Amino acid sequence: MQWEVVIGLEIHVQLSTRSKIFSGSSTAYGAEPNTQMSTVDMGLPGVLPVFNGEALKKSVMFGLAVGAKINNRSVFDRKNYFYPDSPKAYQISQLYYPVVGEGHIDIELDNGETKRIGVTRAHMEEDAGKSLHENFHGQTGIDLNRAGTPLLEIVSEPDLRSAVEAVAYMKKIHSIVRYLGISDGNMQEGSFRCDANVSLRPKGQEEFGTRAELKNINSFRFVEKAINVEIERQMDILEEGGRIVQETRLYDADKNETRPMRSKEEANDYRYFPDPDLLPIVISDEEIEAIRATLPELPDEKCTRYVSELGLAEKDARALTVDRNMADYFEQVQQAVDDSKMAANWLLGEVSALINKNDMDIKDCPVTAELLIGLLKRIKDNTISGKIAKEIFQAMWTGEGDADAIIDKKGLKQITDNGAIEAIIDEVISNNPGQVAEFKNGKEQLIGFFVGQVMKASKGKANPGQVNQLLQQKLKS
Amino acid sequence: MSKLDKSDVEKIAFLARLGINDQDIPEYATNLSNILDLVEQLDSINTDEVKPMSHPLDSVQRLRLDEVTEVNDRDNLMAHSPEVEAGLFLVPRVVE
Amino acid sequence: MHNKTIAELTAGLKAGDFSSVELTRHYLNRINSLDEQLNSFITIVPDLALQQAKQADEQRAAGQATIINGIPLAQKDIFCTKDIKTSCGSKMLDPFISPYNATTIEKFNHSGAVMLGKTNMDEFAMGSSNETSWYGPVKNPWSLDTVPGGSSGGSAASVAARLTPAATGTDTGGSIRQPASFCGITGLKPTYGRVSRYGMIAFASSLDQAGPMTRTAEDAAIMLNVMAGFDSRDSTSVDEAVPDYTADLNAAMEGLKIGLPKEYFAEGLDDSVAKVIEAAVKEYEKMGAVVSEISLPNSHLSVPTYYIIAPSECSSNLSRMDGVRFGHRCEEPKNLNDLYIRSRGEGFGAEVKRRILIGTYALSEGFYDAYYVKAQKTRRLISDDFNQAFKEVDVIMGPAAPSTAFNLGEFSDDPITMYLSDIYTIAVNLAGLPGMSIPAGFVNNMPVGLQLIGKHFSEAKLLNIAHQFQQQTDWHKKVPALFV
Repeated sequence: MQWEVVIGLEIHVQLSTRSKIFSGSSTAYGAEPNTQMSTVDMGLPGVLPVFNGEALKKSVMFGLAVGAKINNRSVFDRKNYFYPDSPKAYQISQLYYPVVGEGHIDIELDNGETKRIGVTRAHMEEDAGKSLHENFHGQTGIDLNRAGTPLLEIVSEPDLRSAVEAVAYMKKIHSIVRYLGISDGNMQEGSFRCDANVSLRPKGQEEFGTRAELKNINSFRFVEKAINVEIERQMDILEEGGRIVQETRLYDADKNETRPMRSKEEANDYRYFPDPDLLPIVISDEEIEAIRATLPELPDEKCTRYVSELGLAEKDARALTVDRNMADYFEQVQQAVDDSKMAANWLLGEVSALINKNDMDIKDCPVTAELLIGLLKRIKDNTISGKIAKEIFQAMWTGEGDADAIIDKKGLKQITDNGAIEAIIDEVISNNPGQVAEFKNGKEQLIGFFVGQVMKASKGKANPGQVNQLLQQKLKS
Repeated sequence: MSKLDKSDVEKIAFLARLGINDQDIPEYATNLSNILDLVEQLDSINTDEVKPMSHPLDSVQRLRLDEVTEVNDRDNLMAHSPEVEAGLFLVPRVVE
Repeated sequence: MHNKTIAELTAGLKAGDFSSVELTRHYLNRINSLDEQLNSFITIVPDLALQQAKQADEQRAAGQATIINGIPLAQKDIFCTKDIKTSCGSKMLDPFISPYNATTIEKFNHSGAVMLGKTNMDEFAMGSSNETSWYGPVKNPWSLDTVPGGSSGGSAASVAARLTPAATGTDTGGSIRQPASFCGITGLKPTYGRVSRYGMIAFASSLDQAGPMTRTAEDAAIMLNVMAGFDSRDSTSVDEAVPDYTADLNAAMEGLKIGLPKEYFAEGLDDSVAKVIEAAVKEYEKMGAVVSEISLPNSHLSVPTYYIIAPSECSSNLSRMDGVRFGHRCEEPKNLNDLYIRSRGEGFGAEVKRRILIGTYALSEGFYDAYYVKAQKTRRLISDDFNQAFKEVDVIMGPAAPSTAFNLGEFSDDPITMYLSDIYTIAVNLAGLPGMSIPAGFVNNMPVGLQLIGKHFSEAKLLNIAHQFQQQTDWHKKVPALFV
């Protein structure tokens, strides 16, 4: 049978506020256990939540960025369940009236086409604490530092048809939240997490199959792998005439398999009801428009502009605009050297190669935009050749200073003086009488050999164009 | 008549993680059924056009400024906690 | 000394007739010798009280006396008090030493009040008789065989027995007004949101409200001056100016429009209680008030509506009592669910369990709309009745309870009948209105309370109306024979 894969994603984005969503505790990552826990975060008897307005603003920014309806009135509900990392035994979330309604984003497929993916809704909620399973005499330790960190849960329509599409969607959302500056998107620290609902149905069938929910997948790579192994698992069951059980499953990266989650499962009646400790969140159209005015240029708009105004290829423009820091870096360089293609080639070539190799964010790149600008300017004014520039780039990466300093120190300035080049050529000609004779006898392809020798003798500093021209003159004279 | 039986009470008690002695279950079942009977009076009222009221005053949530106002108070907060080690609350091992 | 009101004691402190330390010692002595009969306190804090009294005396000597400086008070054990046990009447919180103070406690501390101790109450404020307390029932000072009412029974009994000049209470469905009525004292439940709920252990968040329990309306006004006000830690707290509640106590009753809901005088009301209430209303007519009959047609929905909303909210509010971070934890839990189930099973009493079960059921899948949403709708109908009535009248009057204090154990096998006894008080919480109970007479030597219900934020008016009654009558001055 031909099966169609149906995937919907729920992405949890930590909003980058200074304080928690319902308390004045810090949200900073990595503190000693329970040192960022207030009376409210601990869920002590008698404490009450007070809502952080910044979480609302950031959520609305997201909604506007995906063309969604912003609800003027949204309501916090309690989701009741017992779990030790949930100190009140309920999570404050939004079920019935979320802040962000229906929207959409466009993802780019491998064949170059774009596909529109629906965003069902996005709602604000609080994060849970962390369970630490190291050995405390066979017990689990609970750290509530993360409890109460603001989250935006973004729910997609079941519009995704493969793991690759799911990853493309997730990357797009990641890109958008980073552009908006509403989240650091740091996946290692859990600021960007994903649950995937995966089901299969016979091709052509309208009705959805039974789905399994894959919980808490925290990297793009794992999302793809987890979904693919889950598709295989379901397909095997269905091909053998079996039935899929609706359940929550965990992806085990070491074994590359999914398995049912035992806890949280037994009580999935969350008894949602409006949190009586909080009042409706109201935002006016004027306030929404004021937030809209602060939105930055988003990746799709940027990409279109790079193609139409800067003349970049669509593929390059797309690659430069995925990450806002990359785009900012590019624009800074492009404006300074006034050469879009050169700036794009360097960023997508040398710069990307090294930061990818070092698994580094562009903003941590030791060759800053200023340093790269200094280098490219020396290519433009013929001080150095492109080849030498690559050598200098490596030196800048290891912190040897700016381009001019390295050129000076290593004496890499390009030789453009005809006299100096001719002197080297003369030496090469006199050292290779055999090849000279052959050349003169018509073996003109030896020109390459001579250029190589001259460049070698000049330690690469001679201007290759001039070398070629002068060699032709001398050898043919 | 909304009569709750033993298994209903057991199910609800588990949802609420509430230990109840077996011998008390019939009494709870009766109590709860009686309360539900009392509540059934509401069914006779047509409320189709009525907006639910969650708060006595029709007011709106105040927004807090995004400022860190709390400092580390772990020792005080956890001073009387039942079981603590290395700054963590301990619970029986959680299996995922 | 113990028959004096807060107003009189403040005058005495000012005049130097006695010090706060002397006053505090006097009350501590009375508690020590008399409370054994009542069981109105869960915790007494003599050292802290004397230290606060000394400090208050020093402040006064330095000319820095604040409004309630040096006055001893009792706090209901529902308010979190830093470094002092805050049990909420439950075994669950018997080991709970709060690491922080409720806003109300902070306010009294800043105002120079002295805390004598924490008063007994129904477990988690769930009950109308104070019999659900894990620390045992409180007795009514007027007759030790009867209940003081609940849930603020300890506060009511201690004020009536002159073990404290005043106390705090909380009221979710009548828990200030009904015990005030049963014990013959003055109790005020303010408008929802008028007094901060921060640090007051939540029973039903959309109904709970703290207020003063005193002997006179004037004292209630003084107490409310301390308690009322906006609190940035409570999202439901109202940012509305706080008047001086003592300012208008003496306004005349001439032309005051009083409404008597016919539903509050119908079947179920004890005849002799009805007579007391009618006589009290006559008193107002003598002062120039105009009385008319009104209708609150949805009154009969109050109890069923309340018994969905309050248990639903409480089932969620009490979930944090899970044995993990504070409070009671069972011995040697086998696994996580065993920890939850046994800690909660051991920690909570029968009434609390009943309400948690009802609330859990009402919110569960498939029932939410039929119960919770339905109750929120009938809640609006009940609230609208009052809005309608207040177009015609300034204040609504009626009984606070259908009878005088009942006997200990009278309803122990019949929780539903006890629920129904809250019929006159519950609607006020559903609508978030201010309400009072003031001593209005006696039936067989047991006190009867007159309930006053006002518009939102009309506490000053209610206190004025109550004070004027107390200028004409002396029911509030009667002292239980055992505690003279």
